[in-house]
Amino acid sequence: MGRSVDVVEQERVAKLATPSGSRELSVDLRGRLGDWPLFVLFVTPNLLLLIVFTYWPLLYNAYLSLMQWDLISPVKLFVGFENYRFLLEDNEFREVFRNTVVFTVGTVGGTVILGLLFALLLDQPLRGIALARGVVFAPYVLSGAAVAVFWINMLNPRFGVVAQVASWLGTVSPNWLNHPQLAMVAVILVYVWKNVGFTTIVYLAGLQRIPQELYEAATVDGAGIVERFRYVTLPQLGPITLFLLVVSTISSFQAFDLIKVLTNGGPVNATTTWLFYIWEQGFVAFNAGRAAAAAVLLFVFLAVISFLQVRMGERRVSYD
Amino acid sequence: MTRRRHWRRFLGRIFLSVIVALVTILMGVPLYWVATGAVKTNREIYTFPPIWIPRNPQWSNFVEAWQAVPFPRFFVNSIVTTAGAVALELVFALLTAYALVFLRVRGRGLVFGFVVAALLVPSTVTLLPNYLTVARLGWINTYQGLIIPVAAVAFGVFLFRQHFLTLPRDLLDAARLDGCGHFGLIRHVVIPLSQPVMVTFLVIYLVAHWNDFLWPLVATNRLEWRTVPVGVAYLYQVEGVQNWGPILAGTLMALLPMLVVYVVAQRWIVKGIGGGAIKG
Repeated sequence: MGRSVDVVEQERVAKLATPSGSRELSVDLRGRLGDWPLFVLFVTPNLLLLIVFTYWPLLYNAYLSLMQWDLISPVKLFVGFENYRFLLEDNEFREVFRNTVVFTVGTVGGTVILGLLFALLLDQPLRGIALARGVVFAPYVLSGAAVAVFWINMLNPRFGVVAQVASWLGTVSPNWLNHPQLAMVAVILVYVWKNVGFTTIVYLAGLQRIPQELYEAATVDGAGIVERFRYVTLPQLGPITLFLLVVSTISSFQAFDLIKVLTNGGPVNATTTWLFYIWEQGFVAFNAGRAAAAAVLLFVFLAVISFLQVRMGERRVSYD
Repeated sequence: MTRRRHWRRFLGRIFLSVIVALVTILMGVPLYWVATGAVKTNREIYTFPPIWIPRNPQWSNFVEAWQAVPFPRFFVNSIVTTAGAVALELVFALLTAYALVFLRVRGRGLVFGFVVAALLVPSTVTLLPNYLTVARLGWINTYQGLIIPVAAVAFGVFLFRQHFLTLPRDLLDAARLDGCGHFGLIRHVVIPLSQPVMVTFLVIYLVAHWNDFLWPLVATNRLEWRTVPVGVAYLYQVEGVQNWGPILAGTLMALLPMLVVYVVAQRWIVKGIGGGAIKG
């Protein structure tokens, strides 16, 4: 203890010695406590909110996952790991897991690959490129619920745009949102349309940061357009791709509004993803314990996925 | 030789232009569809092949949507919620980041870690407990219930901290020499030097809150407390599939505020999101 007081004292003396410190330390209390009072004042409101609405819920959620509770009755019944056991053995939850994997792979793959292609296109110095960029990115700022509503209209097999496209192609549009397999395809499609602007913009920023000399050097060495892409562009975009994979996976797991409005998880359970299942268990079926257990599993699963992505990515990606 | 290369380059540019145009059309058609659908008559909507240019715009669709559900109330709710949350977050983020960078205190690294670790907790996990907390506080169907639980900032603190670390020390020292206290520094030096980051911050959080769906859905259960996104989903439910004209008109109204923000602030949004992602 004595030493730390000494250190504080030394710092105080040092501060007093410098001209900028002398004014600040005119108040004695301030000198003794340093910047602490102000620090606490500045930081506390935000920290309190984080504790109450982020960290405490994390713990409380874990506690709830060991209970059986309908959100209303005054007593919660302790059931140990029963909720987890149920989920891991439940066929419906297995389907939910499968849906989530399909949805995540489809949306992350779709947005990242298309984003890269779009960015390569939009990086070209063509006329009207600003407009093209504006249109590609616009859907990203729109409300998912509203987007879902007008896509329902577009996907209508009788009078929607999609029906028109199908007839141009010489076929008839299926009833996308009521089809046991195609419903998931449609939800992924709408999600990719809405979110591809984000990956595009990030890739565009990345492309513009690649040093031009690298391309010049490659050209001097006789590299064509394909080689330049393969040996300059792709490796240079490695860290960004890794970042996009991690971030897109996380946001894909949080997709809710599109699914809620487009299909409400249906038909039957065909588009019920993990988060949707949590919401349904908690707020429709009033099964707090099961919802909480599913949320804990989601948290762990997402953490593991992110960790693996970063680990595997770092082996392939060079940062310079 | 050079002539042939010129030709190839010219053709290549044409080819690229065509592809870019196709992508733009593909991405833009849904927006065109909702914008025109909003003023189509129901008869125009329910025909096949679809009509691409509405013959006489039905502005009454907007009136009908406005009357079918309490749209004005949805807008008030969304505006209050978004403005309240964003304002709180801005103040919290500025103050927290300022404290973390400019106040000489031990353990501030720890505090920073504590704040940023919150980014790892998905809202999925906090949904049910936060609902219970808000319910216990009697905050269901209130503005504080819509705002306070989502007002804590983690990413914003990170954003401001990274920027503050790049501010020129000399300038800050000079201001301090002139007798500037911490509040003076924030007002006269830090904030004026942080305009671009603040715009990025505002746009990111503005868009996120205006479009938020899950929390308002859970934190309210009466129609007059719903926000615009939840209200639009409700409009679709009540008007069903019988009355698409007003549904699309209502949807367009819900989309317009963010579209306007986007058109006005596109430069900063693109720079902020693109650049912010890369630096982070």
